[in-house]
Amino acid sequence: MIIASVANVLVWAIWVLAAFACLGTGVAVISFSNPFYSALSLIGNLASLAVMYLLLSAEFVAAAQVLVYAGAVMVMFLFVTAYLGGRVDAPWAGGPSWQAVAAIAASAALFVEVVVVIGLKTSGRLSHEHETDAAFGRPYEIGRLFLTDHLLAFEITSIVLLIAAVGGVILGSHSREAPTAGVQQ
Amino acid sequence: MRGPDVVWYLCVAGFLFCTGALGVLIRRSPLIVLLSLELMLNGSNLALIAFSRYYAQGNGQIFALTVMAVAASEVVVGLGLIVSIARRQLDLDVDKLSTLRG
Repeated sequence: MIIASVANVLVWAIWVLAAFACLGTGVAVISFSNPFYSALSLIGNLASLAVMYLLLSAEFVAAAQVLVYAGAVMVMFLFVTAYLGGRVDAPWAGGPSWQAVAAIAASAALFVEVVVVIGLKTSGRLSHEHETDAAFGRPYEIGRLFLTDHLLAFEITSIVLLIAAVGGVILGSHSREAPTAGVQQ
Repeated sequence: MRGPDVVWYLCVAGFLFCTGALGVLIRRSPLIVLLSLELMLNGSNLALIAFSRYYAQGNGQIFALTVMAVAASEVVVGLGLIVSIARRQLDLDVDKLSTLRG
């Protein structure tokens, strides 16, 4: 009993840490003026999200999050940011414009809407989780679902990745010809 | 090991989504717009996985993995576009990139 309550407190503490790290780095992503620092704080965001996935017993998704997102996608982001050089845009220069004020109002309204809907519609009904068995979230279970129930989603995902790879190659080869095209204009 | 209810995860997911939406609306650098899009996708991923845990079914995790693949392809195409825009010596500013004419 005591061990269970200690474990509960520990889970809550880890959750609070991960949630605040997640929110703080999320705000940091959109408020840094240098894209390099934004990308770095997005890596922190992804890591704290992986901790929350682990708390939700989604081990495979957490591992894929760290490997695919923080390992591959963000490295590509950092390479492109370094390639483009330190282009800094100052988001808050010259005082808040009407556009910024309207954007803040719109996203605050969206957040209030989400919280109100969660609070009104789900209170009481979402407070008791179903029990999970040991196989939940393991790679075996993920693979079984992918290859049986969600085979179409699996195939479509692979086709989307293939098309994205082809598109990346085409965009890259066009941009290699771009300087001569610019001179001709 | 109980931990917080799914409602708390949903609130974090909603905040992440709205932060990403604010970044898309407010920032002008296309790199940071792409990063904010990643934030929005991660918010929806967190909601999917929270509901997957709540219903004790793996389907939400499958769709979270699909969303991750879609996000990776979006980053590939978006970064390719940004690099080719930068090679044409255009301003990296989504307010000024208003025509598709090459």
